[in-house]
Formats: sequence, structure tokens, C-alpha cells
Amino acid sequence: MLAMNYRGPYRVRAEQKPDPAIEHPNDAIVRVSRSCICGSDLHLYHGLVPDTRVGMTFGHEFTGTVEEVGSSVQNLKVGDHVLVPFNIFCGSCFFCKRELYGNCHNTNPEATAVGGIYGYSHTAGGYDGGQAEFVRVPMADVGPTVIPLDLDLDDAVLLTDAYPTGYQAAEMGDIKEGDTVVVFGAGPVGIFAAKSAWLLGAGRVIVVDHLEYRLEFVKNFAQCEIVNFKDVDDMAIHIKKMTDWLGADVCIDAVGCEADGSLAQKLTGVVMKLQAGSAIALHWAINSVRKGGNVSIVGVYGPTFNAIPIGNALNKGLTLRMNQASVKRHLPRLIEHIQAGRIEPKKIITHRVPLEEVSDAYHIFSSKLDNCIKTVLISPGAGH
Amino acid sequence: MKTEKDYSHIHGWGADLDPKNRPAYPKERMPARLSGVHWDQPEQQEQKVEILHSNERPDITPIFGTSTPPSGLSGTIREAAFKYSENDIRHWLLLLLADRINVWEGLAGDLNKGHIPHILDEMGWKAEWKYNRPGAIRKLAIGSALLGTAICLMKRKRRRELQ
Repeated sequence: MLAMNYRGPYRVRAEQKPDPAIEHPNDAIVRVSRSCICGSDLHLYHGLVPDTRVGMTFGHEFTGTVEEVGSSVQNLKVGDHVLVPFNIFCGSCFFCKRELYGNCHNTNPEATAVGGIYGYSHTAGGYDGGQAEFVRVPMADVGPTVIPLDLDLDDAVLLTDAYPTGYQAAEMGDIKEGDTVVVFGAGPVGIFAAKSAWLLGAGRVIVVDHLEYRLEFVKNFAQCEIVNFKDVDDMAIHIKKMTDWLGADVCIDAVGCEADGSLAQKLTGVVMKLQAGSAIALHWAINSVRKGGNVSIVGVYGPTFNAIPIGNALNKGLTLRMNQASVKRHLPRLIEHIQAGRIEPKKIITHRVPLEEVSDAYHIFSSKLDNCIKTVLISPGAGH
Repeated sequence: MKTEKDYSHIHGWGADLDPKNRPAYPKERMPARLSGVHWDQPEQQEQKVEILHSNERPDITPIFGTSTPPSGLSGTIREAAFKYSENDIRHWLLLLLADRINVWEGLAGDLNKGHIPHILDEMGWKAEWKYNRPGAIRKLAIGSALLGTAICLMKRKRRRELQ
């Protein structure tokens, strides 16, 4: 089959590799119809995630049709068109019993801090991902969701990660009616977090980024205020001026470890690897939120440590909440939102690229060329 | 929904304000609202390739990925890394070192199979040329200047050694 193949930092290609096989009685093999490149794939692409091995196939946002099922699969049948949450989870461990599907303890031998994730290095379990013609889907009875007939495939593929992650970012902010919410990052997750903040009753939503085209997009998509941090001397002062000098009720970090905005953070975190990436968005979030406010983190960071003002978080009495999204928990309501027309996730898709051109697709997304917001890869024979 | 402020221009505003509208509320509910689980503990997947496991757990997990098993020098370094816990910075630094060595192993593997990798293509240079031509030209110029300088310095060193 044709699959994306990682060759090293900033180098990927499409090439043939053996088809995946059933390896566990509850596996399914899925023929991929849509896969996306996620912002967090760029951390792998840039060589920032430890134990990212040459030859691996990335891709944790995908839909497809079931081609084959293992002997114990009861809830899926060949031909079902499914969306597959990025979490690989068992449904029965201590954490899954608490609906913490992103923290499953039975699907990732290589690390205990995170559950299994498709195509996300061996630090997340060593699974090949969905940027391919076929993919092995473990725990097929609990992970995949059959796509409702009235759901567009482009909306469905965004339900596998980006939209639920943005929604959970807002949910973890514990937004009260009328709250001011600041979202750092106008990438796909930040865009969905901003829209979700309104659904949860925010009174004001402000999105911060430095890419003008993304800020323009989110302003229209999520009807929010925007701030270009390049136009701002000091982010904390700017947000305080916008909020009667108190600070925002809720700040959301939807950027993670490659944030722009601080030379020192970029040098120490991204270039010199002295910390687990650049944490300037989180730094701003902590310093821009009001005392007693909530900081919600869905931006991805490396497994070591980061320089953040934790003393300020203590002194301000902040609540910090963070996690990988528990996608399956959110799906019923998020599907309802799409069906009710409250949100059209597919509007964020700017690029549709054949899998054969995966090298160009990664470069366009990584370098933010051609006003790219979200890229969908189309496998051969998948149709458009 | 009636509110003090008018949010009617924001489609869907407050749809999830009342937790009763949210089937996923509250977070971390027990028992989980998940159907399809027909096991207490998943069956153990058969291990056919080397799987490294964190020493913060007793053994491998019932389910695991089998992509790209450890091999070569990078594999040996990865094995060494897993002697340290996730709590130990040496674990992560060794894995990053292994990743970098693995890149060279990948290049050697390509050449060994008679495949010369198109590194510029793999880096998406076609897209760079199409969408950011001035940037591509600038990068090529800087790259050429650095390469030229390196060659000159090497030649000068060689001349000095011969003298």
C-alpha cells in the first residue's frame, strides 16, 4: 500500500509498504478515505518528539471503511464507514472506566504518561497512522464510530481530533455565562476552541496569533475579537487593558511547544532543546488570566520540562486543567452541533492534497504557505 | 436563550451552557458512558517483534503498536534508554540521540537498496518553489554561500598542509 513515510526532521515521502494485518482479535483493518495533517504532527515532523523512528507512518485524524475485522469484533462490520478517534483505548482500564480515553493504560507500553495514539511515535505506543491507504485499528469495538449518513466526510474527519480537542479546551476552562475567554493560537484547535467557548456561554472571545490570514479566518468563523501579538508590546498588559485591568476569566493554550513570540523560548526550547519546546503561549496564558481564573492547556508539549511562571499561577490561585482530548466522550454532542448547523468544521479545510504529494503537503502546512489552515490527504482510490 | 446581553448574532450561543444539554457532562463519570466493551481486561496481543517498555510498568501492555521495531545502533541506544524511567532525563535524551542516528541509518538503508533519496523533494521543495519562490531563492543562495565557503576553507587548509 501507499503510505506516508518519515525519513527524519523535515523529510517525509510517500512510498509503498506492506499492508497492515490483524494482530489482535479486536483489531480492524480500515481503508482510509480521509486523513488530515494535525498541528501536532508538525512536532514529529520537526523532530521534537523523542522515539520518532524513521520509516513510521504518521496520521491520527482519519476516516475510512472497514475492510476486515478480527475474530472478537462484535460492533463493526466490513463496509462500515467510520471515524476513528485519535486515542487508542481499551475501554476497561482504571482510566477508561473514568472516561479518560486519552490516558488509557493498556495501549502504550513505551510510556505511562500518555495512552496510545495513531502514528504518533513510539512515545505514544508505536502504532502506524492513517496517512496511508490502510491502517490497523486496535480495540475496534470501542474506538471507531460509524459515520451518520447525513454527516459530510470532511466534517467527520475533523471529529477525530481537532474539533473535540478544541471543544474540550473550552470545557476544561469551566466557562461561566458571560466569561471572557482568551484563546492563544488560531490554528484548527484554537479556531474550534473559540467557537466552542460561545456554545458554552462565553460573553467575550478573543483569539491571539501572529498570522494575519488565520486571525481573519477565525474572526469570521468564530465571530471573535482578534489580537496580533506582533502588534503588542506586552501580552499580559494588553489583555489586562482589554479586561478592565483584571485579566481574562479563562485562557486557553491551543499552541503548544512550537509557539512563536519569544526569542528566548524559541532558542532554548526549539533550537537548543534545553526545555521541551517553546512555552510562551502558556506563559502568556498564566500571566493574562485573572486571579482565581482558569487556564486550559491542549497545546502539546514534550515529556521533559518547560520554563513557565508557576509561581504566578500559585499566587493568583489559578486552576490549570489539561489533557489529551477524550474524543469518544464528546462525539454524540459534537455530531448534534454539526447536524443542527451550529458549526461547520469542514470550513477550516483549505488544502486537499493527494497522498502521493505528502512531502509538499507537510511543507505547506509547516511553513504556513498559501494561507494554509488545514490539509486533508486523499488516498489513491478514495475519491474526493 | 434569554440573557442580559444579546448574543443572537452568534449562532448556537449558549447551546451547551446548561449541562443538561451535554451528554458528556460531567467529566470523568463512572461508570463510563461507553458501549461495546465485552472484556474485563483485553486479550494479550501476541508479541512478534521487539517491543520496548517503560520500566514504570511491569510488562508490555495488552495492546501495542508494531511499527518500526528497534534496529541497528539506534536500536541499541533505544534499548539503553529504556533502562531509565520516564522520570529520568537520560531516558529522553538517549531517545533523541537515537532518533538522530536513525536518520543516518535511514539514508544508509536507502542507498543499500539502490535508492538515492530525493532529499529536496522529501522536504517539500516543489511546494516551496511554487508558493514561496523568493524564500526558496534566498535559502538556495544562503545554502550555496555556506557550501562555497566550506569548500574554500577546506581547500585552503589542504594547501597549507601541502606547503
